[in-house]
Amino acid sequence: MSTKQNMLDKVGSFCVCKIKDVRNGSGNTIMQILIYNNNGLGLYSRPFIESFEETPMLVAVLTYMGYGILTIFGYLRDFLRDWKIERCHVAREREEQRDFVPLYQDFENFYTRNLYMRIRDSWNRPICSVPGAKVDLVERVSPDYNWTFDYTGKVVEGVINMGSYNYLGFAENTGYCADASAEVTMKYGVGVASTRQEMGNLDRHEEMEELVAKFLGVESAMAFGMGFATNSMNIPALTGKGCLILSDELNHASLVLGARLSGSTIRVFKHNNMQSLEKMLRDAIVHGQPRTHRPWKKILILVEGIYSMEGSIVRLPEVIALKKRYRAYLYLDEAHSIGALGPGGRGVVDYFGLDPRDVDVMMGTFTKSFGAAGGYIGGRKELLEYLRSHSHSAVYAASMSPPVVEQIIASMKCIMGEDGTTLGRDRVQQLAENTLYFRRRLTEMGFIIYGNNDSPVVPMMLYMPAKIGAFGREMLKRNIGVVVVGFPATPIIESRARFCISAAHTKDMLDTALSVISEVGDLLQVKYSRHKRLIYDQIQD
Amino acid sequence: MGSPQVVRVGNNTSARLILNTWPLVCAPAYHLVLEGILILWIIRLLFSKTYKLQERSDLTEKEKEDLIEEWQPEPLVPPMSKDHPSLNYDIVTGPPSHKIIVNGKECINFASFNFLGFLDNERVKQKALTSLRRYGVGTCGPRGFYGTFDVHLELEDRLAKFMKTEEAIIYSYGFATIASAIPAYSKRGDIVFVDEAACFSIQKGLQASRSFIKYFKHNDMEDLERLLKEQEIEDQRNPRKARVTRRFIIVEGLYINTADVCPLPDLVKLKYKYKVRIFLEESMSFGVLGEHGRGVTEHFGVNIDDIDLISANMENAVASIGGFCCGRSFVIDHQRLSGQGYCFSASLPPMLAAAAIEALNIMEEDPEIFAILREKCKHVHKALQESPGVKVIGEAYAPALHLQLERSSGSRDTDVKMLRSIVDYCLERQIALTLARYLDKEERFLPPPSIRVVVTIEQTEEDIEKAASCIREAALAILK
Repeated sequence: MSTKQNMLDKVGSFCVCKIKDVRNGSGNTIMQILIYNNNGLGLYSRPFIESFEETPMLVAVLTYMGYGILTIFGYLRDFLRDWKIERCHVAREREEQRDFVPLYQDFENFYTRNLYMRIRDSWNRPICSVPGAKVDLVERVSPDYNWTFDYTGKVVEGVINMGSYNYLGFAENTGYCADASAEVTMKYGVGVASTRQEMGNLDRHEEMEELVAKFLGVESAMAFGMGFATNSMNIPALTGKGCLILSDELNHASLVLGARLSGSTIRVFKHNNMQSLEKMLRDAIVHGQPRTHRPWKKILILVEGIYSMEGSIVRLPEVIALKKRYRAYLYLDEAHSIGALGPGGRGVVDYFGLDPRDVDVMMGTFTKSFGAAGGYIGGRKELLEYLRSHSHSAVYAASMSPPVVEQIIASMKCIMGEDGTTLGRDRVQQLAENTLYFRRRLTEMGFIIYGNNDSPVVPMMLYMPAKIGAFGREMLKRNIGVVVVGFPATPIIESRARFCISAAHTKDMLDTALSVISEVGDLLQVKYSRHKRLIYDQIQD
Repeated sequence: MGSPQVVRVGNNTSARLILNTWPLVCAPAYHLVLEGILILWIIRLLFSKTYKLQERSDLTEKEKEDLIEEWQPEPLVPPMSKDHPSLNYDIVTGPPSHKIIVNGKECINFASFNFLGFLDNERVKQKALTSLRRYGVGTCGPRGFYGTFDVHLELEDRLAKFMKTEEAIIYSYGFATIASAIPAYSKRGDIVFVDEAACFSIQKGLQASRSFIKYFKHNDMEDLERLLKEQEIEDQRNPRKARVTRRFIIVEGLYINTADVCPLPDLVKLKYKYKVRIFLEESMSFGVLGEHGRGVTEHFGVNIDDIDLISANMENAVASIGGFCCGRSFVIDHQRLSGQGYCFSASLPPMLAAAAIEALNIMEEDPEIFAILREKCKHVHKALQESPGVKVIGEAYAPALHLQLERSSGSRDTDVKMLRSIVDYCLERQIALTLARYLDKEERFLPPPSIRVVVTIEQTEEDIEKAASCIREAALAILK
């Protein structure tokens, strides 16, 4: 198999990147590796390697066929259920309300009834221990093909947890953080019963916000009780009618909802594609608002640090360069990347070695790397003052629970090294090592892995609908808990299994997991990748 | 045209050519002319200049660069004046319980929604601690991906049993509960009838749902019936559309903005008459109204199956964090896949769920607390009546009352300043009160400025007397 180096591509007017086409025997491009390094213009201080191998043609055809067969069977089963030949488990409307307008369209639920129900046991698996590197699952069986579940009363112990967002391993019930939270629980209680602007502003909240601001390297920060709500309640406070929001194709539902609730015009640019973004910025400024051609009041770019379904990292140096050139504002959602990227665990800004003051609004969540709950927004002082008085959450929603606040303070101090130990730094390093190792081994085995080499979110492609359920079940039989995702969270033929690496995973656990994945991969024939050599070998320039 | 004749043709190309073109020549003249014109037209179109129908940019590159250089955006946030009233928060040191330390002064708490006093309850704290030692703090995932704990399932079960419904679903944030529930059922094209005094989270849920919203005057059943009749007439004009348009009425049990109760039996009558579904928001009435604290349905003796969805948050009476919806499985199960705040957000930390379960235990063991709370509410309501210059807004049994100015000065800012000085006066004398906060520009029907007075079960007679006299003095001193 030969590699052919393409001509140097111009990306926007700034960065020069090399795109390597990896071709198979018959000369067709099966993968593109994007490499940015110092040989270009110095925007990137380290190589940026992302790969999204194309779906093999045969697999795509078989996947469509699979969905087609499932749809036909779905119609057949609906027909049987309507004619009472088959017992109907679907909940029905009340007798007294029979003549009301139906609450759900039959078609809306077609997918749920006929496809989702078949593999419903892959999701919502209840657990009964700390969601750490190993977890205990509550055993459940279904006597009627996933319509109802019975709990046998037994517990499946020691399942290796590759599904929880526990990047730095702070999901623990012992240790410094847990002790601090326990103390606060007994002293402060669990609830607050008031909003931030009324009687719910505790001194611990202010202390936590100062700490968050210090951690991020920004002037000021504010925390909210729910990560989803942080986006959906604060984006409307920042933009309104007459503003433009440029949002990435694969943004999270909370960003999309926030953008919609704000009432601004939304334009979507192709995922992580800087040419598309630049073109939209230029068009927006040159042509102004549609039809009236008035200039836009402001332009806000919404991107995420790590995209959790693709495993890709945002091209932040270029986005910042574009934002500065065209005077737009940048809203960076670091839900998955805070704590997980960067030599100090400070997120994607740290990873690229950039200045946090270049990002106008730094948003993130505490759920993933800090083992707590909630979200934050950091930025300049003026921004935070405005949000303190105009954010929907500050006025109408209850403030954060004190033990959760304490967990955030304790874990953040640990990562920053302020608790006197090197535990935080060790964990960040361990996560980076685990990520590189896991990704390398999976690629060597021949699976198709999406995303950036440094991202701890590892999506592995399965494609076919039957393999989604099969993969989840086979892995659970061998005591590994994984997350599988299908439509509608992903495009219909690109179903995947998603692994989340944690600093709490030891090398032994990863090796066990890898051998099991390889075994199941052979069993289900999901090793689709058409190049068996290391990607790294290709980059010998 | 003549019938085909068998003509022997050799290798003669010209003869073959003639044979092939014979039908062409024999065709009628108009046919040939028409086809000739079409061919000429196609040739013309192929060679003519193409132009786009969209915005045609006649701008040169230089002009575009100039426009880009000149464009100045607004600042990301408008500048705030230093003395904006909502900029300076009151700081609470220590636990926000009955005796609360606000801005360094220990006060009696008349501001937190701690109706049943569970914020400080030892049993609740102990249970939360046990849960923390077992599960840690966070759940590290949404409900679908290893974020479902057995505690969550237990809490959902207990809530469903407590409210006597089939199923319940938990959210991790009170605000997001009704704001995610409404768009899961009501989509573009559906019609929602909402009370004017509905709280902000309902308004956000309605905005996210993109449905038609019709507001009726607060607690005015005639106005609602008028709107429903108009809709009926609309329906008769277009029966096909009416068959697929869903209709909902959204009301609150005890309104947070006006502290009065909705006329539920009348609403249920309207429901069956006009075939509209009812969604009931019970954040303030759950754990307050009714003999066993089941809310406004128990208060009025309405069959709970008549209400399609009951939503409440657990941040008031239950003194935990989060919210829940309960109702029939047919209705609630849908949210497990379509409720945005449920599917795309991390689940409730298990220690908070354990605290809620313990609070429910106490509520079930000891139903007298509800009667005691109602007594105290009546007491406070009566005691505040004698304050000059302020009027009490709310029912006698509502635990969260509003004190509004009897005569407004005309400007909202001045009113707010006056009420704030009353609050500060009371804080000085160790009574913790708070102004009711709203987002002035975002609320649809902005309520008048008011002070929130919350009754909790832990307040004693002396506390209530002290508070009432303090407010009276404050009103006399400031509003003279």
